[in-house]
Amino acid sequence: MAERCAVIGVGQTRHESKRIDVSQVGLVREAALRALEDADLTWKDIDALVIGKAPDLFEGVMMPELFLAEVLGGTGKPMLRVHTAGSVGGSTAIVAASLIEAGVHERVLTVAYEKQSESNAMWALSIRMPFQQALVAGAGGFFAPLIRSYMRRSGAPEDTGIRVALKDRINALKNPYAHLRFPNIDFDQIAESPMLWDPIRYLETCPSSDGACALVLSDQAGARRAPRPAWVHATAMRTEPTQFAGRDQVNPQAGKDCARDLYAKAGISNPRREIDCAEIYVPFSWFEPMWLENLGFAPEGEGWRMTYDGVTALDGDLPVNMSGGVLSSNPIGASGMLRFAEAANQVRGMAGEHQVDGARKALGHAYGGGSQYFSMWIVGDEPR
Amino acid sequence: MSDAPSVKSIITPTRLEYEFRVGGAHAEFLASLAEGKLIGKRCPGCEKVYFPARASCPRCGIAMSESVEVSDRGTVTTFCIVRVPSENIDLKLPYCAANILLDGSDLPLIALLQECEAQDVCIGMRVQAVWKPKSEWGPTFENIRYFRPSGEPDVAAEMLGAWI
Repeated sequence: MAERCAVIGVGQTRHESKRIDVSQVGLVREAALRALEDADLTWKDIDALVIGKAPDLFEGVMMPELFLAEVLGGTGKPMLRVHTAGSVGGSTAIVAASLIEAGVHERVLTVAYEKQSESNAMWALSIRMPFQQALVAGAGGFFAPLIRSYMRRSGAPEDTGIRVALKDRINALKNPYAHLRFPNIDFDQIAESPMLWDPIRYLETCPSSDGACALVLSDQAGARRAPRPAWVHATAMRTEPTQFAGRDQVNPQAGKDCARDLYAKAGISNPRREIDCAEIYVPFSWFEPMWLENLGFAPEGEGWRMTYDGVTALDGDLPVNMSGGVLSSNPIGASGMLRFAEAANQVRGMAGEHQVDGARKALGHAYGGGSQYFSMWIVGDEPR
Repeated sequence: MSDAPSVKSIITPTRLEYEFRVGGAHAEFLASLAEGKLIGKRCPGCEKVYFPARASCPRCGIAMSESVEVSDRGTVTTFCIVRVPSENIDLKLPYCAANILLDGSDLPLIALLQECEAQDVCIGMRVQAVWKPKSEWGPTFENIRYFRPSGEPDVAAEMLGAWI
C-alpha cells in the first residue's frame, strides 16, 4: 500500500420508514454535511466523490448520481457510482479508500443511501423471471430457506434468532439514529410476533428505511491533523455466482475467502482474539451465527454458541452490532456503509452510548445479492 | 406566502416491459417443455447438470452443449412457508416455496409445493410435478402447475450434502 487512509469524518441521517421531510437530495446532503462537519472540512476541501446505492428500482429513479453529484459538491471533480446490491455501502467506502491508498486523491467524500419509501423494494426484489413462477417474496423469501438449512445443519436451539433480535433491539435503544426503537422489548414479544417467511418472525426482520451515511476519507497527512482518525488497516471484496452446482449458500466460499484475505492484509492471525468488536450485516437475526462462522469467529456449526453465551452482547467478549445493526435500520444502499461507519466510530471512541470500552480494532462487514457479494474492512485507532 | 397547500410528494408511475431473447439453450429448454420434457445441460468440465438448461457453466465459465433430460420428480432440500403478501405474487397465503432438487439435476429450483399442509413439509420430502392437461402445454414452465408430495419415503438429510 503506497499511502495510508483514515476515516476523519462520519455522518448519518435519522433513519425512518418515510423521510417525507426531505427529497433524495436532502437526504444525502444531511449525511454528507454531518460528515464534513465531523471532519471540520467544507465541500471545497474534497477532491473526489464516490456515491453508492442499491438497485435503481428501489426508488424507481434511474441513475440518481446524475443529479446527486452536483448537490454533493461534485461539480468539476471526479465522481464514481458503485453498485454491488446490499453490500454496496461497504464496497463504495472501499472504492473511496482505494483512491486514497493509490495516491490519486488526498480527501474523498463517499456517500451511500436508500430512500425506500419512494418505491417498493419488496416489489423490486420479486420481479417475475421470464420462465419461472413468481414465488420468492422479497429478500425474506430468498433467505428463509437458507436459515432453515442452517438450523438443520447446526442443530442450534430454536430461540437463537430471538436472542439475536433481542440483543440488537436493546442495543438500538442506545443509538439515537436507529429507525426501530422498542423501549420495552422483551423475549416474548419477539417470540410471539408473526411468522412472515417461516422460520423468520416479524421482529427478527430488518425494517425498510429511508436513510443515508457519509464518510470523509483522508490520506496520512490529513489524518495526522485530525483529532480522532480511524485508520483503515485492510479492505477486501469477493463475489461468486448466485447459483452453481454444489454451492454452499449458507456458508459461501466468497465470504470465507474475503475474510481470510482481509485478516492476512491486516496482519490478524486470530480474529476472535484480536478484533475488539464487529458490526456485521444481519438483516434477519439468524444471520448473526451464520456470519460469525463465515467470518472465522467460530467453527462451522458453532456460531450460535457465541450468541447464546452472551459473547456478542454489548458487554460481551466480542460485541456484535453495537448500533442495533441492520435489524434496527435498513436503508439498503447505506446499510453496508453504516456498518463500516460504526466500526470507525468505535475505534475513534465516538460511538456514544453504545461505545465498547477500549475498542482499538473493529470489523465492518456487508453482503449483498443472493449472499454473493462481500465487502469488509478492518479499522484501528492507530495506523498499521 | 400563498395559502395553497404545500406539495410533499407526487406519484409518477414507472412501467418496465422487456423482450427476453432466449438464446440457444433456453430455446431448447422452452421448446422441450412444449413436449412435456425437462431439459438441462451438462458441463463438460465439472460434469454437473444444470436445469433449466443454460448456455454456460457458472462455476467453470465454459460452454455446455450436452442436453440431458431430467425427471419431474425430486427432493425438497429446504423451503420457506410464505405468510406475507407481495404485490406481484397472486397466491393464497400461506404457501410453500420449496427448493427442489430434481432427479438428474445438480441444482435445486424454487417451485410451488401444494397438496400438503405447511406443518407437514420437511427437508428430504420426495415430490413430483403436477402437469396441466397436455392440450394446454406450451413453451413455458407454467405447464407444471405445482409440485406435490409423491408418497415415496423421505431422503435422509445426509444424502443431500451441501444443499441443506
